[in-house]
Amino acid sequence: MNPSRKNSPHCQISVSGYNYTDMQQIFSIEALEIKAIAIRQDIIKMLELAHSGHPGGSLGQADIYAALYFNILKHDPKNPDWNERDILIQSNGHTCPVRYAAMAHAGYFSRDHLWTLRTFGSILQGHPERIKLPGVENTSGPLGSGLSQAAGMALALRMNKQQHRWVYVITGDGELNEGNNWEAIMLASKYKLTNMIAIVDRNNIQIDGPTEVVMPLEDLRAKWEAFGWHVLEIDGNDIEAVIDAVGMAKAIVEKPVVILAHTIPGKGVDFMEYDFHWHGVAPNHEQAKLALKEIHTLRGKINKEHD
Amino acid sequence: MSDPYLVDDIRSKGAKKDSIRDGFGRGLLAAGKKYDQVVGICADLTDSTKMSLFADAFPERFIEAGIAEQNITTIGSGMAAMGKIPFVSSYAAFCPGRTWEQIRTTICLNDRPVKIIGSHAGLFTAPDGATHQALEDITLMRVLPNMVVLVPCDSVEAEKMALAMAADPRPNYVRLARAESTIITTDRTPFQIGKAYVFREGSDVTIVATGTSTYQALVAADMLHKDGISAEVIHAPTVKPLDTATILTSVKKTKAVVTAEEGQIAGGLGGAVAELLGEEYPVPLRRIGVRDLFGQSAQTPDELLKHYGLDAMHIALAVHQVIERKHA
Repeated sequence: MNPSRKNSPHCQISVSGYNYTDMQQIFSIEALEIKAIAIRQDIIKMLELAHSGHPGGSLGQADIYAALYFNILKHDPKNPDWNERDILIQSNGHTCPVRYAAMAHAGYFSRDHLWTLRTFGSILQGHPERIKLPGVENTSGPLGSGLSQAAGMALALRMNKQQHRWVYVITGDGELNEGNNWEAIMLASKYKLTNMIAIVDRNNIQIDGPTEVVMPLEDLRAKWEAFGWHVLEIDGNDIEAVIDAVGMAKAIVEKPVVILAHTIPGKGVDFMEYDFHWHGVAPNHEQAKLALKEIHTLRGKINKEHD
Repeated sequence: MSDPYLVDDIRSKGAKKDSIRDGFGRGLLAAGKKYDQVVGICADLTDSTKMSLFADAFPERFIEAGIAEQNITTIGSGMAAMGKIPFVSSYAAFCPGRTWEQIRTTICLNDRPVKIIGSHAGLFTAPDGATHQALEDITLMRVLPNMVVLVPCDSVEAEKMALAMAADPRPNYVRLARAESTIITTDRTPFQIGKAYVFREGSDVTIVATGTSTYQALVAADMLHKDGISAEVIHAPTVKPLDTATILTSVKKTKAVVTAEEGQIAGGLGGAVAELLGEEYPVPLRRIGVRDLFGQSAQTPDELLKHYGLDAMHIALAVHQVIERKHA
């Protein structure tokens, strides 16, 4: 592990000339991994209580969201409309439980709200709504329109002379079936939108089955490259790899960058891992109990690794 | 009634004609000069939709997205999120025709003030045929919460509309016609989003019209005058939100209504007026519009207006029918 990241939490830092006084802390990789565990636990509890929702992708992306909300993003949970914040667009809105949990842990709202997911009057809608939840940048759920919204934001930020603000967009892999994505991929390349970074949750499943059976995406790297993007491929369940890849992406200035983040759907819960049947089914009480036990074991492993 | 300051004789041989899209193009240029935040996004139809005037003046604020209507819509949403006032333009058949879901999710539910320009709408894109003659756009946009739906009656009003849209904080849809149409309003004619205007006072019947049909309604009112019928003509450039007060005031006086628009009969202006009167003040009503049919090619819009029953003659006939029912 890079020793420079072993800073103690609650310190003051300055990156690219911006002061993050009280807003942001630096977490060690171990601390981030513990955050990802907490996010996973909350995802299971939320979905059990909601009786519906999407555990596969949500669990699989927990490490990416932990890296984003607790290391990468420049943001202020107490001032979600801060005019200097980075933007995080979630294109695959059905995996909002992972974002909700990460936001709650980051301090956007009380964790108590998590248990209201998908219920009447909740700020946590079944698919995320910007108007209902400050800090959510885009209403999403219908797939395939996150990349283009991010591209529009990147264009506007450049016009506004705010290129220093980064636009991150996370898409699922299955949603790359949608044509709107490829329109946006072409446009971002044409306009050299190097102030946006796309992250594809490459977990190889979608509702009807494996992505390569439903609608083959490979050679996915070659596709993005042919459209004029720089491609990075990483283990998306390795928090350090996510942070390093984003750092590298920021250093590439001639092309927009996509990070193909290979993740394990259902990561952390043995009986959900790799199984497309868990794309959109909530665990019942017994399954949730078992899942929480397994995630707890994962935490034990992390403690051991970092000893 | 406040004076609508209309052109004196819209039926004379010398009456001026202009394309509504040209007027809007000039208005967008003016909006660009007035508001730094205005940006233009187009889908390979820059000249065709007359966004070219804006693009030439402000190349650094213009985005050419290629033939990708879903993209201009969602790029627009993203730009609006960062404080821009994006005008996105294509043909109405493609946007909103192809992009309804993106408009619903990323603009209306997401509440971003994107301005959607649907050019070449209706039967006025006569030679292109049914594929390009968007007749459903008003209906598609009217059912979306947060959306404002605008239909100018001529190029002069279209110009004012572009400026008003830039200043409006809501998502807007504006429907433009390609072929030249008679200019009926002047620089002094009032225009405000949300207002309907009495263009001609009358006592026997209310004709509520929008877009190019307002001209037909005024011509019909002239014809009816010769038959001894006094028709009040209301121009409703804002189909949503509908100016219910102006319409109800008129209808309570005349107690008979005909609506006129150059689009599908289902769910457009006629639908909106029927919904209003059905709930608030039921009176005999006829709607002029395309009756569940697609368009087709023709050399001139007039051929099609006649064929589909949307011209002044058909409006006048409908007026006779509602007045007969009123007295029955």
